[in-house]
Amino acid sequence: MQKGLDLKAKENEFRELKEFIDSKRDTKGILMQTLHKAQEIFGYLPEEVQKFISIETGMPMAEIYGVATFYTQFTLTPKGEHTIGVCLGTACYVKNAQLVLDKLIKELGINVGETTEDGLFTLDATRCLGCCGLAPVMMIDDEVYGKLEPKDIPDILNKYRK
Amino acid sequence: MAIFRSHVLVCRGTGCSSSNSEKIQKKFEDKINEVGLEKEVKVIRTGCFGLCEVGPIVVVYPEGAFYSHMTVEKVDEIVEEHLLKGRIVKKYLYEGSIDEDALKSINEVNFYKKQKRVVLRNCGIINPEDINEYIAKDGYMALGKVLTEMKPEDVIQIMKDSGLRGRGGGGFPTGVKWSFAAPNKADQKYVICNADEGDPGAFMDRSVLEGDPNAVLEAMAIAGYAIGATKGFIYVRAEYPIAVHRLEIAIEQAKEKGLLGKNIFNSGFDFDIEIRLGAGAFVCGEETALMASIEGKRGMSRNKPPFPANKGLWGKPTIINNVETLANVPQIILNGADWFRSFGTEKSPGTKVFALGGKINNTGLVEIPMGTTLREVIYDIGGGCPNDKAFKAVQTGGPSGGCITSEHLDTPIDFDNLIALGSMMGSGGMIVMDEDNCMVDIARFFLDFTVDESCGKCTPCREGTKRMLEILNRITKGNGKLEDLDTLEKLAVNIKNTALCGLGQTAPNPVISTLKYYRDEYEAHVVDKKCPAGVCKGLLSYEITDACKGCTRCARQCPVNAIEGKVKEIHVIDQEKCIKCGACIEACPFNAIIKK
Ligand SMILES: Cc1cc2nc3c(=O)[nH]c(=O)nc-3n(C[C@H](O)[C@H](O)[C@H](O)COP(=O)(O)O)c2cc1C
Ligand code: FES
Repeated sequence: MQKGLDLKAKENEFRELKEFIDSKRDTKGILMQTLHKAQEIFGYLPEEVQKFISIETGMPMAEIYGVATFYTQFTLTPKGEHTIGVCLGTACYVKNAQLVLDKLIKELGINVGETTEDGLFTLDATRCLGCCGLAPVMMIDDEVYGKLEPKDIPDILNKYRK
Repeated sequence: MAIFRSHVLVCRGTGCSSSNSEKIQKKFEDKINEVGLEKEVKVIRTGCFGLCEVGPIVVVYPEGAFYSHMTVEKVDEIVEEHLLKGRIVKKYLYEGSIDEDALKSINEVNFYKKQKRVVLRNCGIINPEDINEYIAKDGYMALGKVLTEMKPEDVIQIMKDSGLRGRGGGGFPTGVKWSFAAPNKADQKYVICNADEGDPGAFMDRSVLEGDPNAVLEAMAIAGYAIGATKGFIYVRAEYPIAVHRLEIAIEQAKEKGLLGKNIFNSGFDFDIEIRLGAGAFVCGEETALMASIEGKRGMSRNKPPFPANKGLWGKPTIINNVETLANVPQIILNGADWFRSFGTEKSPGTKVFALGGKINNTGLVEIPMGTTLREVIYDIGGGCPNDKAFKAVQTGGPSGGCITSEHLDTPIDFDNLIALGSMMGSGGMIVMDEDNCMVDIARFFLDFTVDESCGKCTPCREGTKRMLEILNRITKGNGKLEDLDTLEKLAVNIKNTALCGLGQTAPNPVISTLKYYRDEYEAHVVDKKCPAGVCKGLLSYEITDACKGCTRCARQCPVNAIEGKVKEIHVIDQEKCIKCGACIEACPFNAIIKK
């Protein structure tokens, strides 16, 4: 189990979320945007945050949980400091993106969707990142790495390890 | 307005941006200031030029000099030689753009020669973050014409006459769709732009939004006028931050200029547009799921009818159109239906943008008239497969489409021909595969995708695709049986006939088409237990050749101690123990280990 969120320490964050919700009271169908905002503020969507949204909007918890778990972009667990997204879109896949991913799994010792023990990296497999010309591609945070080969991986990771 | 003698266009599409074009743009600006040319030369950031393979791309006008593979380091020389002294730096030009020392115009470059740019006409030419540049290219003239000179019926009639068909995949005639929504009486109607672009390996819509966002806004307002809607939504994938950013800027600027909002052009017509973000669900590209998602719910599709034109968003009449479909609209209004029909084929007029990728020399975005053959796209424009590998298949239609073999490369591309070949147009992904790609593995790849993306509402899609994937996994691991192929076929037909929405109905297509054209490859997997392309790990064996010097590195790397041998003697792999992880190949300094 994740340990609970320290509500006191996150007071400012909750205030920011409440301001967003208040500003959108007249807009229809606002749940998705609220979740996007909450994730931007907290980094993920822990139960406390979902509860807060439920109380503020009057929407049942079940509905909020349902939406939060339906979409892959929303995450209920915290992410590592850096998120690695390996493109497994078709163009990258036919250019051996799987081998790049396998290498990362081996180097990091984690599977897709997991975070390393030290909290440094989270590994994700993504869909087309829109730079198929550079296939195979991966992104670390906002940085794109293209025309990858498995042997490039250790050096790239080391840049983030410091 | 200041007049500049030269313009430096820096591609800021996704591909080039990820290889540093932002820094290149900055460097150009700094260097131009440094040499005091800032009043004579203007640096412009543009959308995608299309030829992403040779990016980052910079084009200098009026000469039309096409610099490829740009780096920050090359900037100084280009500014000093080209911009200051007027001498084009030939060594940095794209090689396809020089012909016996003379500079070819961009339209003469092979990659662009067979293209016809209607949808992409402004991409790579204007600054997408400045509405004035769009207006200078006849932007918002079509909206003006519609609001001041035409009745809604006339607009719908032109759209019908043009024969424009939906570019989101279905190919439904746009004018007809609009005509269903127009007569419905309601206090509110909606226009939705579908920018969810889910096909993994396609980025046409993204490039339009990033390169020419105003064209989409203008078209939505025209559609709103035609059906009597005052409110529009653009549903964009959250994975497209640049597109969202540029749309926000465009909406803001259009409102300032009175081109969106209340009483546009004093015509009494109001139209407002809001952006809504997706959150990573492929099924949300399907129109009923998309509407559920805008309403803030889980993106699950529902039965049709009722069609969105009658009961759509929040139960109100709604039309949904794809980005590329919409980008055609202002051009059709301005130039007429006959002009539009002058490209393409009788049943599929106009052009189509494809994202050309995979094993092809010129990856990038291409826009061609419908009716161009696959061969022209792949060889004349795309330059064929790299490294002299043999072409094997081209996949269109993404996870809903199929693979097309070399026999069929002379087929003219249009909606109906691709369906007849067991594939489909889809949104425009076109992925080329060569002899090193395993077709069974590709079918498995797409099924894996649909299983992941199925919304789970209907059983055939939720359970059926999963059973198909299990079988394919078994086959690629070497545990397949011949009967499996029949089971796959049976399941495929059942799922096609019974699934609730387009996702399930088309999910078996990649399997059906590969089974039809590449059955021998399937049979090699299940009967001979071999993967002819050498992809499926479970079917490979690793062997050490005489090139082995006995350095023992592989044996030390092997995680399961499957390699034996003495120092300075040829090593052997115990096939029983080997888990085919490939660690030995990487460890070997003499390339002595091979996969078979
Ligand atoms: C599973 C599935 C995914 C779809 N994804 C998209 C998409 O990403 N973009 C799109 O424009 N249309 C997509 N469509 C088609 C839409 O449902 C709809 O037909 C289209 O947006 C209508 O616009 P058009 O007539 O302009 O093509 C998808 C359909 C299905 C069944
Ligand atoms: S498929 Fe990987 S970037 Fe498009």
